[in-house]
Amino acid sequence: MERDQRSPRAKIRAFRLNGRAREILVADSRLLIDTLRETLGLTGTKHGCDGGECGACTVLIDGRPRLACLTRTEECEGHDVETIEGFAEQGRMSRLQRAFHERLGTQCGYCTPGMILAAEGLLRRDPAPDAAAIRAALAGNLCRCTGYVKIIEAVADAARGVP
Amino acid sequence: MIAPRNTRAIVGQPTPLIDGIEKVMGTAKYTADLPAADALVGRILRSPVSHARIRAIKTEAARALPGVRAVITGADCAATYGVLPIAMNEYPLARDTVRYRGEPLAAVAAMDAETADAALKLIRCEFDTLPAYYTADAARAPDAVALHADKPGNIERAVHHRFGDVEAGFAQADLVREHVYTCAEVAHAQMERNAALVEYDPARDHLTIWSTTQVPYYVHLMLARCLEMEASRIRVVKPFVGGGFGARVETLNFEIIAALLARAAGGKVFLSLSREETFLTHRGRPETKIHIKLGMTRDGRLTACAAEVVQRGGAYAGYGIITILYAGALLQGLYDLPAIAYDGVRVYANLPPCGAMRGHGSVDVRFAFESLLDGMARELGLDPFAVRRANLLAAPTETLNGLRIESYGLGECLDWVERASLWRDRRGRLGPGRGLGMACSHYVSGAAKPIHWTGEPHAVVHLRLDFDGGVTLLTGAADIGQGSSTVMAQAAAETLGIHLDRVRVVAADSMLTPKDNGSYSSRVTFMVGNATIDAARALRAHLVAAAAERLGVVETEIEHENETFFAAGGDGPALSFAAVAQAALAREGGAITTKGSFTCPVEFQGGKHKGGAVGATMGFSYAAQVVEVAVDHETGLVAVEKVWVAQDCGFAINPLAVEGQIQGAVWMGMGQAIGEETRYEQGLAVHGSFLDYRVPTIIESPPIALHIVESLDPNGPFGAKEASEGALAGFLPALTNAIADALGLEIDTLPVTPDRILEALAQRQRAERLAKIREEVA
Repeated sequence: MERDQRSPRAKIRAFRLNGRAREILVADSRLLIDTLRETLGLTGTKHGCDGGECGACTVLIDGRPRLACLTRTEECEGHDVETIEGFAEQGRMSRLQRAFHERLGTQCGYCTPGMILAAEGLLRRDPAPDAAAIRAALAGNLCRCTGYVKIIEAVADAARGVP
Repeated sequence: MIAPRNTRAIVGQPTPLIDGIEKVMGTAKYTADLPAADALVGRILRSPVSHARIRAIKTEAARALPGVRAVITGADCAATYGVLPIAMNEYPLARDTVRYRGEPLAAVAAMDAETADAALKLIRCEFDTLPAYYTADAARAPDAVALHADKPGNIERAVHHRFGDVEAGFAQADLVREHVYTCAEVAHAQMERNAALVEYDPARDHLTIWSTTQVPYYVHLMLARCLEMEASRIRVVKPFVGGGFGARVETLNFEIIAALLARAAGGKVFLSLSREETFLTHRGRPETKIHIKLGMTRDGRLTACAAEVVQRGGAYAGYGIITILYAGALLQGLYDLPAIAYDGVRVYANLPPCGAMRGHGSVDVRFAFESLLDGMARELGLDPFAVRRANLLAAPTETLNGLRIESYGLGECLDWVERASLWRDRRGRLGPGRGLGMACSHYVSGAAKPIHWTGEPHAVVHLRLDFDGGVTLLTGAADIGQGSSTVMAQAAAETLGIHLDRVRVVAADSMLTPKDNGSYSSRVTFMVGNATIDAARALRAHLVAAAAERLGVVETEIEHENETFFAAGGDGPALSFAAVAQAALAREGGAITTKGSFTCPVEFQGGKHKGGAVGATMGFSYAAQVVEVAVDHETGLVAVEKVWVAQDCGFAINPLAVEGQIQGAVWMGMGQAIGEETRYEQGLAVHGSFLDYRVPTIIESPPIALHIVESLDPNGPFGAKEASEGALAGFLPALTNAIADALGLEIDTLPVTPDRILEALAQRQRAERLAKIREEVA
């Protein structure tokens, strides 16, 4: 934050974050993942690789999954950004969060926020995906714990509205 | 002693992880998520050469850069570290000699990342280069320079074990075959990059570290050693950890470096490694060459086994001695083997050190064993299942190398995967390029002899009951995603007859929790589970005594379930848990703390031969699996279509987590089998990203059908054994056996990449043509 203010190239950027209109001072080219994690303290978005390899930092921009580690913050100006912190409704788990928890779609949990956001992006454009569609939508999100079996089950359950 | 499953209220029930909600909500705090706005940024300078004497490391310019608060080199730490007390030969920052490209040479703590990076660029290193060796053969060449002066020939450890009459065994065989198998080095590639946050308080000389570790106790020991601090001045905390798989069993250089930096700077340092650096700090499964020979009778009985194993261990000892011992010891314990010769060599090379990875030491050897076994079955016209069944053990028994086996469900595992995969109907009838293969594997439920033999129990758990009626479980065991905290909560709640959510687990904070030997060798459920039951029984005794007093009956008449206490018979008055807890607190004089512990009896600690403790355990898990493949003749691509796996885990305390562990293990075996490989060019790691080190994506990951076999181990908690490693090794040979079924090709080199398949197909075609030409000429 201190650095942002010192930078001659910092500008005030306006975007909607988890439903709330925000204006923040941010240096040009500052990556969205750094803005979220360091400036705004939203650490649910994870840093798993050195850029664009693992999907752990997946967020939704205008409802579509995007990698926060490959997105400059200024690209978000005027757009809707959603992170894992925005999904709980009044503190209650969303359908995907509940399904990942109850079906053990999460083990160590590190890929989980990115995985849930990629799945959310899928369910918004295809409310009833088959296994092949789920695989295609999550192809950019690596998980090292589950073998993906229970992740696919969790997404399918959430789509079907299985309690 | 073990009650039937249907009488259990909490254990045996599929249970979402007690810390799962934080993970799906994004509120779980991993090391890099902890507040560190006031922390200095740490960075490591790494060696650009593979092997050299360090002539000078010049840091003056870096120290003079504004914003730099500390610069350290090997001169700042003269103590070695290492996971094995007998083989600590590594420095956190190289001193005098650097032995692999990427080894830390110096480190910087600065006000921000840009300054730290700029400071690294100002450090000048001068080297006198030495010859470097990147293969086990090169390192063992007669004229090779020793990486470590005390290890001539670069042999870290040679093991020669003989059990039974091996020559007689081969003489009795109707068929003797031998073959050489090679497995590439692989890495854990856990999703969370390595990171440590260290806070040093100069006024009190106290240090706190939060780190990405599976064994906080080892971090504690190594920080005390390397910083020459009293252990009581150090606090080690494990936050949420994003996977381990063995990568984080050993204390790693970055943890010690972060602590050295924090002390040098007199403050707080956050050191986060990049993915590339995390790969360099990998401690993975070594490149392994296995020359294996088996003897078999016409009806499939094994008569003898001889194995020569060479592991390329990297530049430092790490876990190497244990790995090369495991590779031999775990030849046994799966089948009835009458005679075994094992010759293992662990070799130093100028590459990042290898260590423990899921299935430690057993995986590559199991691949070789089960591949050759299948080939011999083919030659004798025997069914692969029949050959395994011909060699089953009968529990209780003891192997030739002194491994005790008290429960053995492999037969049931075989039955289930054979049936579920429709093996008898489908094998050989799947059409061109398609095949079915199978294999078996096993693993220990914790090493029966801990590395640091202090005379303490193997595990200790504290339980605390206070006025609020909550039961707090304090354990040093590190939950790294496998769900150990949930298992402990279940074991305590079951034993106390209380609801699961009444138990809260405080884990892995050295200031609060009793020491635990850590999350490795699948020890936690077995050992910490038993210690939890012990602690819960002690707490239950207090509750029962209070209930008996209140109800005016003798203690032996008190029964309890579902948070109520009543006298046997059930007609009299019942007391609620809250009432009994209050009575117990009044009776005992306030908050009650009980301790439970578990110790592996000495008779389970292995054979008397040198290295005999390695492989010894109180319970082996067993697994069998069938793999279905489709191989594309044009591209050489191997697609894993489906896996059926059954594992004997004794008893599934949390069947949901057991399923997840088994699926994860099978899948990790698949990654090693079909694509994973660390690669080095003249010592330079060229696999340092997820694009170059290819862990399977969801696209190539198959459905995994599974079945849990419960053999109810007499010593396991509720009968449980391990569930997360045993099924890994079997995947590798099940895959190559399936490829043999599909194409008639016996693959002996992993990973099975498309170019290896195409090369093997081309070779076969050439051989067939050559034979035809020779026929025509004749």
